[in-house]
Amino acid sequence: MKKLAISLYAAFTVYLLIRGFHQAIFVAPDESTMHEIQRIFYYHVPSAMSAFLFFAISLVGSIGFLASRRNQPEFAQRFDALALAGAEVGVVFCSVVLVTGPIWGRRAWGIWWTWDARLTTTLILWLIYVSYLLLRRFAAGPQVQTLAAVLGIFGAIDVPIVYMANRWWRTQHPSPVFFGGADSGISPKMLAAFLWNIAAWIAWGVLILGFRYYVERQSQKALAHEAQQALDHV
Amino acid sequence: MTGILWVHLVKDLRIEWRSREAVNSMLFFALLVVVLFSLSFDPQGAFSRDIAGGVLCVATMFASVSALNQAWAREIRHQVLDAQRMAPTPGADMFLAKVLANFLFVTVVQVVLAPVFVVMYNLRILGDAWKLALVLPLGTWALVANGTFFAALSIRSRNRELLLPLILFPIFMPALLAMVLATGSILTGDSDPTLWIKLLLGYDIIFTTVSLLLFEIVLHAE
Repeated sequence: MKKLAISLYAAFTVYLLIRGFHQAIFVAPDESTMHEIQRIFYYHVPSAMSAFLFFAISLVGSIGFLASRRNQPEFAQRFDALALAGAEVGVVFCSVVLVTGPIWGRRAWGIWWTWDARLTTTLILWLIYVSYLLLRRFAAGPQVQTLAAVLGIFGAIDVPIVYMANRWWRTQHPSPVFFGGADSGISPKMLAAFLWNIAAWIAWGVLILGFRYYVERQSQKALAHEAQQALDHV
Repeated sequence: MTGILWVHLVKDLRIEWRSREAVNSMLFFALLVVVLFSLSFDPQGAFSRDIAGGVLCVATMFASVSALNQAWAREIRHQVLDAQRMAPTPGADMFLAKVLANFLFVTVVQVVLAPVFVVMYNLRILGDAWKLALVLPLGTWALVANGTFFAALSIRSRNRELLLPLILFPIFMPALLAMVLATGSILTGDSDPTLWIKLLLGYDIIFTTVSLLLFEIVLHAE
């Protein structure tokens, strides 16, 4: 039953991805100034939104782990797996943003990269979470979960500061397309393609998050089992 | 509470006074970075003023990593850290004492380095020089407070010397940006550094508070 549900969800995700691709490449109208290259928008922006969503999930996992590690160790392990899975999926999305951004920028601005507020913030965000994953790789033993959770919280606090610092420094990236003021907003057909892609990529991210969470839980259980066996032999 | 902090601080300062490991290694390292940068960029005139702030801050940052690693490595020997963990005193005192001690060391390095720097880069400060006395301590505090915290965090991992810069530098980046831009604008006199000083102050307050709150968790992580 559980397997059937997962298969159905995976099939649904694939459907969303195909639908999103079709909408973005064939249905959405041509943009008046940037033309075809603007279609990368349907991948770039949903990836950025997903990255923030999964980093937020990772933060929830980190806080949950620290809050419950003394009283409910079982819950804490779940939170820890969630924090790790969220960070990994977030880094993947953030990498997609950092790859698609320069490709778009090269055509739209004529340059690959600029040290603008949002670009720099995204890059530093990526660096922070890669360092989080490095810590998890380098630090051995049971304390790594606690240390990683602390670093996760530090990283999350740093993000708004990085953003404000860079914003005061310089800004070249276009202002927000949505809720950004009088001139913001896009045509309905573009919006439809955009929403399909958001749904598709978040669904895909949740699927991968679920798999990664499951793998991490299995490895936690295997470790606990080994420790228990070692105890029994003594 | 302040009594315990004082005991920790005096102990750290005394160890440093007898060995002078941290200050000497930092000083030489920072000097090397300054020389290397001047060799590779050949700074002259207005260009030297443009990059000098950045070079000074980056040199301090690289140099401090060696001292920060030393700070906790001393406690690991003879299981001192385990004894500290069992002691019925707040860990925040020990943390704050270490931050203060390292802050003093890095400041000493900066004070010694500054004249060398002015000579090698042919600097003439065009802005308000006294503001440097605000920017450098604030930036150093940001570096040292976070650095001491992350050094404690990475102390019990494999290859900890490698890990500290990897996790410290990304978090430190906004403070580095503010420090570099503030020093730069003071040296060139082109713009007003007030905004960056405020950002540094905010960064210091936020991260020192968070470090103090989370230090117990890191100290007792098992």
